[in-house]
Amino acid sequence: MRPVYLDNNATTRVDPQVVEAMLPFFTEQFGNPSSIHSFGSSVGGAVKAARKQVQALLGAEFDHEIIFTSGGTESNNMAILSALEAMPGRDVIITTKVEHPAVLSVCEYLEKTGRAKVHYIGVDSFGRLDLEAYRAALSDRVALVTLMWANNETGTIFPVEPLAELAKEVGALFHTDAVQAVGKVPITLKGSAIDMLSLSGHKLHAPKGIGALYVKRGVRFKPQMRGGHQERGRRAGTENAPGIVALGKAAELAMAAMADEQTRVKALRDRLEAGIMQRVPNCFVNGDKYDRLPNTCNVAFEFVEGEAILLHLTRAGIAASSGSACTSGSLEPSHVLRAMNIPFTAAHGSIRFSFSRESIDEDVDRVIEVLPGILEKLRTLSPFWAGANEAPKEFKPVYA
Amino acid sequence: MWDYSEKVQEYFFNPKNAGVLAEANAVGEVGAISCGDALKLMMKVDPVTNVILEAKFQTFGCGSAIASSSALTELVIGKTIEEALKLTNQDIADFLGGLPPEKMHCSVMGYEALQAAVANFRGETWTDDHEEGALICKCFGVDEGMVERAVRMNNLTTIEQVTAYTKAGGGCLTCFDALEGVLAKVNAEMVAEGVLDPAKAYKLGSVDPLALKKKPTPKAAAPAPVVSLGEIAPVRTSHPAPAGVSPLDPATPTPALTNLQKIRLIEQAIEELRPNLRADNGDCELVDVDGSTVYVRLSGACVGCQMASVTVSGIQQRLAAKIGSPIRVVPVGKN
Repeated sequence: MRPVYLDNNATTRVDPQVVEAMLPFFTEQFGNPSSIHSFGSSVGGAVKAARKQVQALLGAEFDHEIIFTSGGTESNNMAILSALEAMPGRDVIITTKVEHPAVLSVCEYLEKTGRAKVHYIGVDSFGRLDLEAYRAALSDRVALVTLMWANNETGTIFPVEPLAELAKEVGALFHTDAVQAVGKVPITLKGSAIDMLSLSGHKLHAPKGIGALYVKRGVRFKPQMRGGHQERGRRAGTENAPGIVALGKAAELAMAAMADEQTRVKALRDRLEAGIMQRVPNCFVNGDKYDRLPNTCNVAFEFVEGEAILLHLTRAGIAASSGSACTSGSLEPSHVLRAMNIPFTAAHGSIRFSFSRESIDEDVDRVIEVLPGILEKLRTLSPFWAGANEAPKEFKPVYA
Repeated sequence: MWDYSEKVQEYFFNPKNAGVLAEANAVGEVGAISCGDALKLMMKVDPVTNVILEAKFQTFGCGSAIASSSALTELVIGKTIEEALKLTNQDIADFLGGLPPEKMHCSVMGYEALQAAVANFRGETWTDDHEEGALICKCFGVDEGMVERAVRMNNLTTIEQVTAYTKAGGGCLTCFDALEGVLAKVNAEMVAEGVLDPAKAYKLGSVDPLALKKKPTPKAAAPAPVVSLGEIAPVRTSHPAPAGVSPLDPATPTPALTNLQKIRLIEQAIEELRPNLRADNGDCELVDVDGSTVYVRLSGACVGCQMASVTVSGIQQRLAAKIGSPIRVVPVGKN
C-alpha cells in the first residue's frame, strides 16, 4: 500500500526534477564557482540562474537581494543578528510567542545575554496576532521586527505586509520567517516594506541544507559568516552549488504549482478536515480557519494524547505530526498551542496533517477511514473520557 | 519517533487490563494533564489476604505511558499488597524490555499510581506534587514549582543541593540550564527579600555541568543505597566550592564534638529534612551513630524508591554540613 505522507510542513520529498537538475553539479560540473577557469565559470552561471529563479518566486526586484544559506535556521539567525548590529542605538526586538524556535531561541539568547530587549507579542485563540500589543510595542528603540509569515503548526497567516508598513513608520527593520509560506502562497516583495525574508529549500521539494535570506537592496546588512567574498561578502563560504541549483529548480516548480496548491491541495485539506469533524466527536480545528496556509490542518482531539494517536497512524501507514509534548521529548505541549490558550487536554492531543502537491485523494480517504477507530480505542483507555458505556462527557469546545 | 521495544509496542497496541474495574477497592489516580499523562489504577484487593485479585487501568498519555500502565497491572495481579509495594519503577521498565530515558517518567507514574492505590486501600491520603509550572527535569517529572519550593524552604544555593532535594537534574542533566535558571531566579528573589546573603546566592554559569555529570545516574545507583565517601566529596578543581555549604572543605575547622552533641545535631538535621521526605511520602529515622558512620532507616515511600540513594546522599550532605566533618550515611533495613 502507498504510504500516506501528510507531514510536509516537517519536510517534503525532493522532486525528481530537482534531483535531476542538481546531479550534474556533483559530477561533471564540480568546479568552484569562484574559479576563473571553465570548470568554475559554468557553475557560476548555474548559480546565477538559480538566484533568478528564487528571485522570481519571491517577486523580488533584484537577483542580488537573494543570499544563499544552509537553510531557514541560518537565515533567521543571520537576519536577527545582523539587524541588531546594523541599527546602533536601537536595542529592542519585537517578535511573537508563536515563532519557530529558530527565531525564538535567538531572541531569548540575545535577551539573556543582555544584548537586546525583546517583546513577545501574543495571539488570540485562533492564533491571530494581538495587533494592539504590536502597535504599543513599536517605538524608535526598535531595531528589528521579526514575525513569521505563516505558522508551521497551525498554518495561520500573519498579515506581514501591513505589519511591515507599521514597522517602517518607526524606522525599524522588518524580517519575516517565511519558511512555511514560500511556495504555498503568492509572495511579491518588490514594493513591499519587508526588508528581510527567510526561506528553506526542504519545505518546497528541494533538499535539506539549502535555503536563502532575502535582503532588500539598500537595507543595512552585517555579515555573520566571514572568510570569503561569496554572496557579495554577505555570507562567506564556497557556494553549495548542487543545493543552490536544486533550490532554483524547486522555486521554478513551486511557482508553476502555486495554482494547484491554492485549489486542489486546499480542497484535499478541507475534505480531510470536514471528514474528521463529521466522524470524530470532541475535536476542533486549531488556527485561523479563514487565513491559513492551504496545505495545513491541525486538529485537537480531546482526552487523548498525540503520540498515542501518531503511533496508531504510523502502524496504519500514515505519517503526520503532533503538537504533543511526548513526541518531541520536551514533555510540554507546543508553545504555539499554549500561546493560543488551547486547553491542555486538547493541546496534548493535537495532530497536524500537512499536504503537498504530491498528495492525492486516496491519502484523505485513508486517514478518514482509520482515524475514528483510533480515537475511539484511545478514548476508552482515557480516564478523562467517561466509561465506554456512558455518554461522552459534556464538552463545549471554546475554539470551535 | 521513539525507539520502543517490541514489548512496549505490544502493550501499547494491545494493552492488557485496560478499562474500568467497577468493584475496585484500591484506586490510585496520578499524573497531570499539564504533564501530558495521567493514570488511574483500579485494583480489587482481598481484604483478608491482601492479595490483589484484579487490576485495571485507564491512561491518558503517550505510547510508553499506556504500555507502562498495562505492565503495572500485569505485575501486581496475584501479589499481596506488601509484595506489590516492593515493585519499583525500574521493574516496570524492565518488564517492558526497557524504556527510552526520556520516557522513564512513565514508569515512575506507574509506581506512583500503585503507591496511591495502596494508600487509598489503607485509607491513607496520598498527595501528588507535580502539578505546578513547567516541567523542568524530564527524567523525574519535577516541575518548576517543586524546585522553587525546595530552594526556598531549604535555602538551597547549589545545583547539587537542588538535585539532592528534588531529584531534578539527577538523570540526564539536560535540564541543567533550566535548573540553574530557576535556582538563580529564586536566590535573587530571596536576596531581594533579605532572607539570603547575596554572597551565598547562586550565580549563573558558576558551575560546569560536565563536572556534575560525572555523578552516577540514578538507574545505575538504584540497587546500591550505600553511598561511599568519594561520592559526596567530589574533587572540585575546575571551580571553587560554593560559598557557605562546603562542609568537606579541608579549610573548614572541625570542632570536636562529643557523641551526644553529634547525635543531637544529627537528630536536629533529620528533623529539618523530614518535611521534604514527607512531601514525597517518605520518612527517615536515626538508628545509630558509630564514629563518622550514621545509620538511618528510610521508611514509607523511600523504601524501594530508585531515588533512595540520592535521598541518602542528600541526608549525608545535610548531616555533614551540620556536624562540620565528613560522615557516611548508611541506610539499614527493617531489622
